[in-house]
Amino acid sequence: MTHAKRAADFLRNESRANWHDESLWHVRSKRDTIIAGIPEWEALRQLGSDIKDNVLSNLDTYLEAFERQATANGVTVHWAADAAEHNRIVHGILERHAVDRIVKSKSMLTEECHLNTYLEEQGIEVVDTDLGERIIQLRKEPPSHIVMPAIHLKKEEIGQLFHEQLGTDAGASDPQYLTEAARQHLREKFLAAKAAITGVNFAIAETGGIVVCTNEGNADMGVHLAPVQIHCMGIEKVIPLAEHLGVFTRLLGRSATGQPITIYTSHHHRPKPGGEMHVVIVDNGRTKQLGREDFRNSLKCIRCGACMNTCPIYRRSGGHSYDHTIPGPIGSILSPGIDLKKHGDLAFASTLCGSCSDVCPVKIDIHDQLYKWRQIVSEEGHLENGKRLPLLGAGAVLSRDGAYNFMGKAARVALKLAPRALVYNRFNPWGETRELPEVPGESFKEWYANQRKDHEQ
Amino acid sequence: MSSKATILAGIRAAKPGPRPLPTLPPDPPPAPEEWEEAFRTVLAASKTTFVEAGELAAYVAATGAETVVSTLPGLEGNLDVTAIDDPLQLAGVDLAILPARIGVAENGALWVSEAECVHRVLPFITQHLILVLDRELLVGTMHQAYRRVQIDATGFGVWIAGPSKTADIEQSLVIGAHGARSLVVCLR
Ligand code: SF4
Repeated sequence: MTHAKRAADFLRNESRANWHDESLWHVRSKRDTIIAGIPEWEALRQLGSDIKDNVLSNLDTYLEAFERQATANGVTVHWAADAAEHNRIVHGILERHAVDRIVKSKSMLTEECHLNTYLEEQGIEVVDTDLGERIIQLRKEPPSHIVMPAIHLKKEEIGQLFHEQLGTDAGASDPQYLTEAARQHLREKFLAAKAAITGVNFAIAETGGIVVCTNEGNADMGVHLAPVQIHCMGIEKVIPLAEHLGVFTRLLGRSATGQPITIYTSHHHRPKPGGEMHVVIVDNGRTKQLGREDFRNSLKCIRCGACMNTCPIYRRSGGHSYDHTIPGPIGSILSPGIDLKKHGDLAFASTLCGSCSDVCPVKIDIHDQLYKWRQIVSEEGHLENGKRLPLLGAGAVLSRDGAYNFMGKAARVALKLAPRALVYNRFNPWGETRELPEVPGESFKEWYANQRKDHEQ
Repeated sequence: MSSKATILAGIRAAKPGPRPLPTLPPDPPPAPEEWEEAFRTVLAASKTTFVEAGELAAYVAATGAETVVSTLPGLEGNLDVTAIDDPLQLAGVDLAILPARIGVAENGALWVSEAECVHRVLPFITQHLILVLDRELLVGTMHQAYRRVQIDATGFGVWIAGPSKTADIEQSLVIGAHGARSLVVCLR
């Protein structure tokens, strides 16, 4: 099934689609308000982008420095070439400690690796502790947004879910009440967990530590109570110096949710007394992406979600329509590199308006990359027929001046005379959801020529 | 080849040419009054309240908190955090009072390290949190803040910028997700 098809399903419920659209636009507006208070915002984005460019060109040495320093700090560093190896490493650590229940805070990497499913198959209970993540875990759904995983759900649905699974009052949907219920439920899990897993926002080569940002405090509740802490990171998360955190902490919260900074920005450098700290560094396709000159910039992403909040397609199609761990514009430039046949159509889930590139705090040229993926999708022959055949025709016509003039005239006449059924039928998917503008009597060329004539007379 | 060697070789083959590191902005000129005003405004917007230094002891008494931990010299709690081995024993703490090491005007963040909280989980597991900051430890920007704090001086350190919160249910702001339900800041 294509993105367009899933988006169409999402749009069938018009009021819900409008509600989704407005919720995300609200977050985008909060971002605009807060950056208005930072006059040097554009310079700050440039700094973020420049530091990340430097990271990509020194990735090997920074990772080695990070490992050296972390090891000196008493941290155990692991390397995983792919998702399977990552999952095996994490399981190995848990097995050594005979851990049968863990708490986990938000980590898109572990989603990407399908760690939960893997661990559950090995008989380990995994509890996601971010409220949004817990909600979708109980619903057995993937996240629909990287920062707000349950943004697609209404409070009534969450109330019903909590009623069934956590025993809250039937019909109760007050967010305050539901959050309190989750707090109580998850406190028990925190107190009982023998190991905690988190993602990583930044890893610092200079000091060998990692930084995790949350608003809820769930990552810290897990990590500091459990004897074993495991942090999973993609290779691109490393930054050279501690002072660079000044740039990224200024960019991240503001871009993500319009906050001046996340409530908690936690720096972990050494295991707690008597505890163990592990960091798993994961490739899983990232070095491949690094080698693609046109697309390597996508590895600069700090996972703020701003490109999703602003995207007219994401807002009106929902995160699940992308069928990929990371949805939205950034997901659409990462996923074709993983599986072109499966995700190639995501390159078309865009109007190419460029809003994503405008808000991106590390200045990734997202919409240009979408355009470039389209070329590749079509060159490799993965274009679906509905797009390929009309484009073949258009290509033939557009490359010949005479044909273009003739076809233009013919279309203007034909469209006027054609019955609706001929234009809006199942062979023309473009017409399914769009109305053609009124057909003008003359082409621009004809109009221009006539104007010139009038003028000269 | 080990995965480490494979990954590093992969990076070396794929990475782009050298790109220089940019220079970061310098410290802003000192403006203690403006910084304090900005600090208070931004924290208030994150649902943090303030208490004056002279009223701190009375404020703590008035909360009626049963289990109080304090690592602030001169203010006694009734549970000695240094005498506790297992952080799980902190599950019943109602109020923690900790000194903060730096405050940041632009975003209201306060630095608390393992040295101040003894058990890393303390500022999170406590129901309510009071952070006490010397005025002279305020800085303007986050760049300045990272130049002042040595992030690896202890095994753990955190910027705290308000009470724990979530907006995961329909974007409605709820204070008190998993960490402290309230944050009170005392500037002295
Ligand atoms: S691509 Fe840019 S805007 Fe999108 S999530 Fe990543 S950093 Fe944020």
